[in-house]
Amino acid sequence: MLDAARTDEALLEVNNVEVIYNHVILVLKGVSLNVRKGGITALLGGNGAGKTTTLKAISNLLHSERGEVTKGSIVYKGERVQDLDPSALVKRGVIQVMEGRHCFQHLTVEENLMTGAYTRRDGRGAVDADLEMVYTYFPRLKERRRSQAGYTSGGEQQMTAVGRALMSRPEMILLDEPSMGLAPQLVEQIFEIVKSINENEGVSFLLAEQNTNVALRYAHQGYILENGRIVMEGTASELRENADVKEFYLGVSDEGRKSFRDVRSYRRRKRWLA
Amino acid sequence: MLRDIFITPFVDMVEAPDFLMQVLWEGLVSGVLYALIALGFVLIFRSSRILNFAQGIMVVFAALTLVGLHAMGLPAWIAVAATLAVMFVLAVTIERVVLRPLVGQPDIILFMATIGITLFLIGLGETIFGGENKVMITGELGIPTGDTVLEPFGGLLILQHLDITVVLVAVALVGALLAFLNYTRMGRAIRALGDDHQAALSVGISLQTIWVLVWFIAGIIALVTGIAWGARAGVSFALEVIAYKALPVLMLGGLESITGAIVGGLMIGVLEKIFEIYWGQPLLGGNTEAWFAFVLALIVLLFRPQGLFGERIIERV
Ligand SMILES: Nc1ncnc2c1ncn2[C@@H]1O[C@H](COP(=O)(O)OP(=O)(O)OP(=O)(O)O)[C@@H](O)[C@H]1O
Ligand SMILES: [Mg+2]
Repeated sequence: MLDAARTDEALLEVNNVEVIYNHVILVLKGVSLNVRKGGITALLGGNGAGKTTTLKAISNLLHSERGEVTKGSIVYKGERVQDLDPSALVKRGVIQVMEGRHCFQHLTVEENLMTGAYTRRDGRGAVDADLEMVYTYFPRLKERRRSQAGYTSGGEQQMTAVGRALMSRPEMILLDEPSMGLAPQLVEQIFEIVKSINENEGVSFLLAEQNTNVALRYAHQGYILENGRIVMEGTASELRENADVKEFYLGVSDEGRKSFRDVRSYRRRKRWLA
Repeated sequence: MLRDIFITPFVDMVEAPDFLMQVLWEGLVSGVLYALIALGFVLIFRSSRILNFAQGIMVVFAALTLVGLHAMGLPAWIAVAATLAVMFVLAVTIERVVLRPLVGQPDIILFMATIGITLFLIGLGETIFGGENKVMITGELGIPTGDTVLEPFGGLLILQHLDITVVLVAVALVGALLAFLNYTRMGRAIRALGDDHQAALSVGISLQTIWVLVWFIAGIIALVTGIAWGARAGVSFALEVIAYKALPVLMLGGLESITGAIVGGLMIGVLEKIFEIYWGQPLLGGNTEAWFAFVLALIVLLFRPQGLFGERIIERV
């Protein structure tokens, strides 16, 4: 399939979405973004920007955290999906890999993977075939298949979480901060696998990351979220070349490395961005 | 005095090994039932953080329904099937009417809701089937009532056929449950939900389905224990007590551990019987079974707050 599958067609449209927690805490203040079919779209931003909230608004995992979409619409393949429960979304092909992996600690790695197939009805054979497919992407998981997930390493747990999502035969994976707490080399490895899943299986990704540098190297499109608002968007290469992104998110500028603590200039730039 | 505590009981055990075997056997019979009930508690607790206060009354309700339906003219095994259907409807109703609206409320509210369920079931059971004691339809169900006498060590060991049946059925049920939990899609989902609610939701496991399922399993367990215990003690609201015997099992085994429920149940069944026969009756005037398990559980908790088999909390991230 490769890049041919990537089109300008929007698989997912998030329009002007507002999210409130506990009826009072306004966290997303009108977020709009598109995820293109067959692409990797990065959602970037610092701590507390609202990346996780955006992903959970899409996958509908907000409810169990007392969060609510109060405005705007979320449309997947032409269908309004914001009132569906998470299992209905998984059945439609949208699944989230949560921040911090969230493996089932007392289940074995293989059992974790199998839970990903929970909503499927296409029979044992198809599920087993996909299990083998996951093992070809993550050979390490095959070695660890009988270990309790709780006793595997952070990297293995991240692989398990991604593999588990893959077992649902998704069209789109909402991947929340896969780099969290992993060594740079491992981060690179995980992103390589994400890229090949995207290319070989045609799975589209919406990828929330603080690690702008890595994310923009693998993504096709990107959005920058600050304080519950999208402040910049573009293709990954546009964003990589943008002076402000360089300065505030990549940590380099024309004058070389610059400190994030340059508060005054940061404020000024931020006003400009908003 | 010290001699009575530390020496005589053991001498008795060694001198009459056949009697010791009898005591162990009877402990085992109660033990499997405790284990079964404790499993019902554990499954509900793991998937919803609810300590199901209603488990006891469910035993009574299931037994009453069975006997009642049979009295209305249904053949025994049809009545069993119909009772299972009633327990399923009960599970669906509880999920719909009680659990779903209370999602996200503090655990203590949910616990109190199960007290509400208890009161409701007491009322319902009395209204439909009346409050007077009934006799379990043991014979009609084809449960044998005779006994087999063995002569180990030249002594005497009497095995009631009823007890043998109870042990076999309970062991089969526990085995079936374990197989279900470990090797089926739904069983895996129940265990997954117990580990991580959010992650379970994220892969599309529906809380509602699992809740109905675990409450139905609790209902099946209630029916089996209701038949087994009812066959010995008659069917009355006093049957509830068997469920409270499962509480120390939970303290001992840990609220979340399936293994803990099974091992804890057997241990308590056997130990309380041994204590009663060799220490309770000679030294304390008997009837220690009412409290022994709680005291044992408290002592264990002093040293191991997570219980004997509390599922090891995996710390690494
Ligand atoms: N359950 C909740 N209740 C109330 N406020 C919340 C809740 N979850 C998140 N928030 C708030 O919403 C804001 C955005 O949080 P969110 O987790 O979406 O950020 P993020 O971009 O994913 O950050 P990080 O990179 O640290 O994961 C934060 O200020 C956070 O405190
Ligand atoms: Mg986050």
